[in-house]
Amino acid sequence: MTMAYIWTAMMLISVIFAGITGNYETLTSASVEGAESAVTLCISMAGMLCLWMGVMEIMKESGLVDRISSMLYPVLRLLYPDFAKDKEVMGNISANVSANLLGLGNAATPLGLEAARKMSKKSPGVASNSLCMLVVCNTASIQLIPSTIAGVRMAQGCGNPFDILPAVWLASLISVSVGICAAKCFAKLWGD
Amino acid sequence: MLSLILAMLVPLILVFVTAYGVYRKVDVYNAFLKGAAGGLEVLVSILPSLIGLLTAVYMLRASGALEYLAMTLAPFLDVLGVPSEVAPLMLFRPISGSGALGVGVELMETYGVDSYIGRCVAVMLGSTETTFYTIAVYFGAAGIYKTRYAIPAALCADLAGFVAGAFAVRLFF
Repeated sequence: MTMAYIWTAMMLISVIFAGITGNYETLTSASVEGAESAVTLCISMAGMLCLWMGVMEIMKESGLVDRISSMLYPVLRLLYPDFAKDKEVMGNISANVSANLLGLGNAATPLGLEAARKMSKKSPGVASNSLCMLVVCNTASIQLIPSTIAGVRMAQGCGNPFDILPAVWLASLISVSVGICAAKCFAKLWGD
Repeated sequence: MLSLILAMLVPLILVFVTAYGVYRKVDVYNAFLKGAAGGLEVLVSILPSLIGLLTAVYMLRASGALEYLAMTLAPFLDVLGVPSEVAPLMLFRPISGSGALGVGVELMETYGVDSYIGRCVAVMLGSTETTFYTIAVYFGAAGIYKTRYAIPAALCADLAGFVAGAFAVRLFF
């Protein structure tokens, strides 16, 4: 229902604002332009998006995801000290992170949820420090190749839609690091 | 060197991934077809919400409400080094993925995909997630009712993503 309220509020605010500013005519033409541009956008980004989804499927089937998982294992153990010895949970978490890195959101979520379910057995109903860390890491994006955004950029006539990659990597790295630090600090300050 | 690699990124990844797959004896072409078909499913699932949300965002822009919002939040965002034009994106990002994409698309169209603001929007979309949705899914699946500090910590990461996004665009362009 949340989206219903937000969507209705967006259009209601527009009409009220247009009443104040007197932009009636532009409001009317804008209301039909938006729908049309959504369709043109989806058509022009279809090729790029499907190409990358295809490449990602090859990465998954050729075992590239598993290789990245095993490389991440030693680092991830440090983030989840309570589960460092639990091979099953750590396996799920590493696979979740590597699927996220490659942009396989549909594959990453079930793996992460499986880890979350197993973690919650230790403290039913209450988010343990490790579970908070897992959630925070999943709310911070760590995708190496943001294909949807590259698709949108290309659809809008950008010559090199991937030139933003170094900036995306740096911003993601900072964002994830701040999230991890915040989770570690709050864990010390917060009671149960 | 980095710019050369980035310019050649697409063909290089294609060659590496397919060659590695063939080396591991995977039917790469069939795998590709399967993934590409999945891409169509993604498009079909985002198109209806994009139509609804872009209509609403275009209306907000035409009414002058977006400019008003940016103006109101400008003093606060200036301190963080974030251009005030991306204020609507910051409001939508944690709540709705398709809503944020709709707002982002409109911003890139209005200010230009290769402008400072257009690039900031792309980088910010690429380095943040739909926080509240993700939290709801994870804690819902694990049956958690005491979420403790997960939401404030996740929002810290989001805010850092926005500030770092604007900073990274200034650094690289």
